[in-house]
Amino acid sequence: MNYRLGIDVGGTNTDAVVLDRKDTVIAKCKRPTSGDISTGIKQAVDRVLEEGGIDPAGITHAMLGTTHSTNAIVERRGLARVGIIRLCAPSGLGVPPYIDWPEDILPHIGKLYRMVKGGYEYNGALISQPDRDEIRKALAELQAEKIDALAVSCVFSPVNGEHEIMVQELGEEILGRDFPISLSSEIGSIGLLERENATILNAAILHIASSAYSSFQNVLKDHGIHTDLFITQNDGTLMSVDYACKYPVFTIASGPTNSLRGAAFLSGLSDAIVVDLGGTTTDVGILKSGFPRESTTVFEIGGVRTNFRMPDLIAIGLGGGSLVKNDKGSVTVGPESVGYRITEEAIVFGGNTLTATDCAVSSGLATLGDASKAAHVDAGLAVKGCTVMREMVEEVIDRMKTTADDMPVVIVGGGSILLPENLKGAREVVRPDHFDVANAIGAAISQISGSIDGVFDVAAKGRDAVIEEVKEAARAEACNAGADEGSLEIVEIDEIPLAYLPSNAVRFRVKAVGKLKK
Amino acid sequence: MSQQTLGGMVLKSLTMQDIEYLAIGAAVLGSGGGGDPYLGKLMAQQAIMEKGEVPLVDVDDVPDDKLIIPSAMMGAPAVMVEKLPNGQEPEKALKAVASFFEQEVYGIISIEAGGINSCIPVYTAGRLGLPLIDCDGMGRAFPEIPMVTFSIGGVEASPMVCCDEKGNKVVIESINNAWIETLSRAVTVAWGLSSFIGLYVMDGKTLKKYAVRGTISLAMEIGRRIVKSNERKVSPVDSILEMTEGFRLFEGKVTDVQRDLTTGFVRGKAILDGIDAYRGSSATLEFQNEYLVAYQDGKSVAMVPDLITSLDRETGNPITTEHLRYGQRIVIIGMPCAAIWRTEVGLAQVGPRYFKYDIDYIPIEELAGGKGS
Repeated sequence: MNYRLGIDVGGTNTDAVVLDRKDTVIAKCKRPTSGDISTGIKQAVDRVLEEGGIDPAGITHAMLGTTHSTNAIVERRGLARVGIIRLCAPSGLGVPPYIDWPEDILPHIGKLYRMVKGGYEYNGALISQPDRDEIRKALAELQAEKIDALAVSCVFSPVNGEHEIMVQELGEEILGRDFPISLSSEIGSIGLLERENATILNAAILHIASSAYSSFQNVLKDHGIHTDLFITQNDGTLMSVDYACKYPVFTIASGPTNSLRGAAFLSGLSDAIVVDLGGTTTDVGILKSGFPRESTTVFEIGGVRTNFRMPDLIAIGLGGGSLVKNDKGSVTVGPESVGYRITEEAIVFGGNTLTATDCAVSSGLATLGDASKAAHVDAGLAVKGCTVMREMVEEVIDRMKTTADDMPVVIVGGGSILLPENLKGAREVVRPDHFDVANAIGAAISQISGSIDGVFDVAAKGRDAVIEEVKEAARAEACNAGADEGSLEIVEIDEIPLAYLPSNAVRFRVKAVGKLKK
Repeated sequence: MSQQTLGGMVLKSLTMQDIEYLAIGAAVLGSGGGGDPYLGKLMAQQAIMEKGEVPLVDVDDVPDDKLIIPSAMMGAPAVMVEKLPNGQEPEKALKAVASFFEQEVYGIISIEAGGINSCIPVYTAGRLGLPLIDCDGMGRAFPEIPMVTFSIGGVEASPMVCCDEKGNKVVIESINNAWIETLSRAVTVAWGLSSFIGLYVMDGKTLKKYAVRGTISLAMEIGRRIVKSNERKVSPVDSILEMTEGFRLFEGKVTDVQRDLTTGFVRGKAILDGIDAYRGSSATLEFQNEYLVAYQDGKSVAMVPDLITSLDRETGNPITTEHLRYGQRIVIIGMPCAAIWRTEVGLAQVGPRYFKYDIDYIPIEELAGGKGS
């Protein structure tokens, strides 16, 4: 048989699903996320294989979605000390790296950079010739400052990456062959600061990501699953684990994307609001023609500006584990949560903390744990808690909407049992089958993509020929990442002529998406 | 804004927070063009961190006989975000152009209040320890160098100095402002599409006559209102319209963006489908770097030189033409331009006919039929 295993590691739960060839859900399960990540994954995989009676040898693809690295950035936890070399001089010296970073992250990453000669004009001409001795000296200085990883940026490197590659080679020579190095030309698009920021973040989480992925690979191996592992990225497509180990920054918004795509798949709706109610937070996004609507504003991760395109989301601190408090009749739910300790601390599970789940069980909205344990919960308080939750979600639905008309609302996530059948602003409330594991399903149905973003001179070859070249390069990128060549489609062509000046320089951004090679 | 004294005079001065507001408000006044002010903001804030707050002087407080010089960046916004400045260029250009004159420089002004050039002069002023004058030469953003109110007053752009990040410097002395545009554009192209410039040197008396006044304060106040509204989760649009005597023209979803290269500028249009009160109606926004004409169902509702701006419907944050994208939900607003642009000479320079439209300029308040915001 031919199965796909999808896994989602959230802050509270680790979910696993197995889909067959026709995308039917064969088995699913939910286990608490463990502090070490891999124990939770192991338990989830154990359970899902057992439940489905699945032969591990029949699993052809394993997909993992995780916000592990994202949390490391947001919580400033375990980040590597990064040195950055920017090839730019004499340009760029007035606007050095780390210029707009939040102060509190700098002690974790260091603020170690060197700006050296090098870099390109928009048309590929040199700003200045890089000087190998200058670069060697910069690398040796950064080494003396005890960096754990190196990030390299260069002016217009999306146009020509050679200077960055030169630094990489010198870096391997001086810092060692296996020293982690991230190149900006491989990470971001035009916009030096944002691309450089993303490259620094990438370098800072490389070791976290690769240890998480390798422990996941070990879990698979231990289960007799001998297949390639794929990691889901921000745009709902997959990367090979080797690729993800080099570019973990591409996974930082994958959690919400997976739940939106999973919800689209499960509900069969292409235009709807999606409410993903987890253990700690609720993400509300919107589906347009089957894909998440993208945000129009700059995406910041942990306060650091990047130029990634991300799903347009509103997140609120409401989940199944949210603390419910009564302050003289004023009832609040969240944002504090017991998180993955819900199975110990919630009242219905024998604990002493009043959570959103306890209110839902006590007022008869949900059946979970031991309802008798919640018998002593004040009925009025429980009902009020449920009303507060409903109103919180209704408010976000309203903020997300672009018209006054009611829209279908798809509710997914483990905490979604806390919501009633009717919501204000919802034409209908859809709670699809397997709603509780929508993220893992989103991971399991992901596609493969490749994109190209650069500035091109269309005068010589003509615009159409250039677009064809760019499309071909995007297709090649997707194939390299593991896509089936026959299924490739160009899903995005963005064309931005450079303003103000009489030149034929055009910026193209093209993305190809295809099915996973079976 | 904080206050300090300079030569016995109590002055307002620009703080780090003011620059945050200025950058947002300047993108609103940019009428879709002028480049993303983010880079200018970072530079201005850096100058303030290093050299202290920059005094902001009212136009009326500038002595008649003192020299005022605009400082600006010229080039393609998409290049400016990639090839960042060396940092020395703005003051080099400024000092070089000042060297043609005997008097000392009294202060710096912005050539355009819209876009990145709102913030660049704050950087230049900060580095040189000079005040910034609360005004500009457009009250918005325009694509060409002669399109400033000072041109109307007969001020020569020449002598002009252009500096690049490598240390190159070009001095241009021209017979008129049109030649300045042609020559400096050629230099900027040769340098890789970005340069810093000093030009339009004038005295305080001329400034008082032709400057668009109070535009730096106005941009900051617009930015402040947007930030405060976002904090309170309310739309800033009405508040912006009230301050600028503007009009809400349309609300819709971008369904198509077309861009063409003609004569070296980005000409194009965006098509919108109406939402809410505008449901069933469609709008077209035509632009050449900046928005030129806005149509609702084929009828023009605002035209250049009046300001047309697109704002994110959710946050009220301005969206420049290079960031316009399919699927965005935007509010289109229109604001009356500075009165000087509505004169015969003004319209000859920046009216619809200059941009090859076969229509006569009609002020936005007439098009709106006095229906107000």
